[in-house]
Amino acid sequence: MYTVGIDIGSVTTKGVLYDGSNFRSIYKPTGFDPTTIGESIIDDICTEFNISKGQISKVLGTGYGRIHLPFADKVVSEIICQGKGCNYLFSDVKGILDVGGQDSKAMLINSNGKVLDFVLNDKCAAGTGRFLEMSVKALGLTLKDIDEIAFNKEPIEIGSMCSVFCETEVLNLMMQGKDKGAIVAGLLKSIATRISTMINKVNPASEKIIFTGGVAKSKVLRNYLRQISGYDVTTPNSPIITAALGASIIGYEQLLKEAN
Amino acid sequence: MRPKAMEYFDNLIPENMVKIKEQKEQGKNVVGYYCVFTPVELIEASGAIPVGLCATKQDPIAAAEKDLPRNLCPLIKSSYGFAVTDKCPFFHFADVIMAETTCDGKKKMYEYMKDIKPMMVLDIPNSSTYELKREHWVHELKRAKAFLEEKFDTQITEESLQKAIKAHNTERTKLMELVSLNKHNPAPLKGQDLLKVIWARQFQLDRETYLEKIQEIIDEVREFIKNDKSKDDRPRILVTGSPTGVGQEKTLNIIENQGGQVILQEACSGVKGLVKNVPESDDSLTSIAEKYMELPCSCLSPNDGRFDLIGSLVEEYQIDGVVDITLQACHTYNIESKMLKDFLQENYEIPLMQIETDYTDADTEQIKLRVDSFLEILK
Repeated sequence: MYTVGIDIGSVTTKGVLYDGSNFRSIYKPTGFDPTTIGESIIDDICTEFNISKGQISKVLGTGYGRIHLPFADKVVSEIICQGKGCNYLFSDVKGILDVGGQDSKAMLINSNGKVLDFVLNDKCAAGTGRFLEMSVKALGLTLKDIDEIAFNKEPIEIGSMCSVFCETEVLNLMMQGKDKGAIVAGLLKSIATRISTMINKVNPASEKIIFTGGVAKSKVLRNYLRQISGYDVTTPNSPIITAALGASIIGYEQLLKEAN
Repeated sequence: MRPKAMEYFDNLIPENMVKIKEQKEQGKNVVGYYCVFTPVELIEASGAIPVGLCATKQDPIAAAEKDLPRNLCPLIKSSYGFAVTDKCPFFHFADVIMAETTCDGKKKMYEYMKDIKPMMVLDIPNSSTYELKREHWVHELKRAKAFLEEKFDTQITEESLQKAIKAHNTERTKLMELVSLNKHNPAPLKGQDLLKVIWARQFQLDRETYLEKIQEIIDEVREFIKNDKSKDDRPRILVTGSPTGVGQEKTLNIIENQGGQVILQEACSGVKGLVKNVPESDDSLTSIAEKYMELPCSCLSPNDGRFDLIGSLVEEYQIDGVVDITLQACHTYNIESKMLKDFLQENYEIPLMQIETDYTDADTEQIKLRVDSFLEILK
């Protein structure tokens, strides 16, 4: 008996297959054709893990693209899924920070993974994955390069609150002949500052927080986050699949409920 | 169930956009206003018709941005945009505009607007603990009275003031009677319909019919409640914050479509101005001052009245969660949000979610995500 959780994000689509005790995951770019992404991720899961569609008892959808999952048995918001997924991986954790493609969020959960409070960035993109991507693009870099170039550099103060202005600020700094690595370090520090404020708003009264989302892969960012927030920051092995994992677990719990 | 009498309110604003012209042609004076602080009793006692002005649509904002900064509250930009483009019939037919210094953005915007229409800007003291606030209010009301008397070449008498006070007290009492029907669970009236009826108060030109139609809704709903055995576990939501006008129901829409019940609004567009009447006395100006100076708007500091009001509403209306709508760049409501969140958590264990937004639809998906998660938390 399997359940599948699918999280269609603005950048990446994630699929998790769960059998009640173990999970396996895949992901691929959402791309420009989100209408077919839902179907195709199910097919990919079946091929990758060698199961048939008939073995999947429930599909739960989440993420901004969840309307592209007409076959899903239910859709649940990614905030709720994120809480569930992180709680499954780290049962003692109360605070979660998730930096996604188009938004960043902080959550407070209880010991069952139920979300008690949350904050999201407002509609501006500052502090999101997109913000970082746009800013480093102005430097001729990609997200893959950031850790290497920013490692051990003295960060330059970045003041812009808006991603569009930030791009201008980055270009200005380049014109002044500043070191690229120092600029990237500054960008990462500015994101860490911003998301630290968010996690402090929901105020998890524990030492450890879980940091998820694509940018959580950056060690330099995690270090700044540790320094600035004062929390012990832990990142799962696959920080982008936690919401999809949560969705698959919520699906499984419902399956059990229905069986009783 | 949607009361049949709601149809009257569906068409009231568009119809009255035409009717205001007839009133004007019959020689009536018209005073346009924006804010719940406006002493409408005073306007009415001068023989003029007080009408609310358009301020809740995105369309004229681009025109407003020619003069105003982009990073400003959409309500202010929309108000000004309607004025410069002359697309609001109520503004068009207004002889004068009565405004007030509630926030810095509006205050400065009025300095531009005064070139379009004659303005009377009431100076509202921003300190709720100011010892002379009553005297200050009475003084401002006297100034407004003299302004209207001079503009319309008339005398505002104590008798006409008392008549206007009675009429508006009746309106407010009737509207609160309507709102209180939503104490029932499930709430018989949608938040958007309540908004429509309350909002229409500023645009209605025929008080008798307006009150009759509200009474029809009340009667219909009472009948419905009598036989209603339905159960409903949809979270009961109180909406507060910056005003949500007709034409800008984006967030209310989302809350109701995603499975919440909007029970009522504590906002200028909701019950903020309705819960208290003007005391009936033989010194009308002081009585009017008495009511308006106690309005719990975030432009006042400190604004304890809002916390008290919301506290009693969440209890009376069995509220599960509060949604605080902040219009972009509305600093006072934005800052007050955390205080309100802490207050509700500590005293009532009721969660609050803040939504910062403007009049565009660009953030619909983000708001949906917040609302979905919030409603899931409340279950």
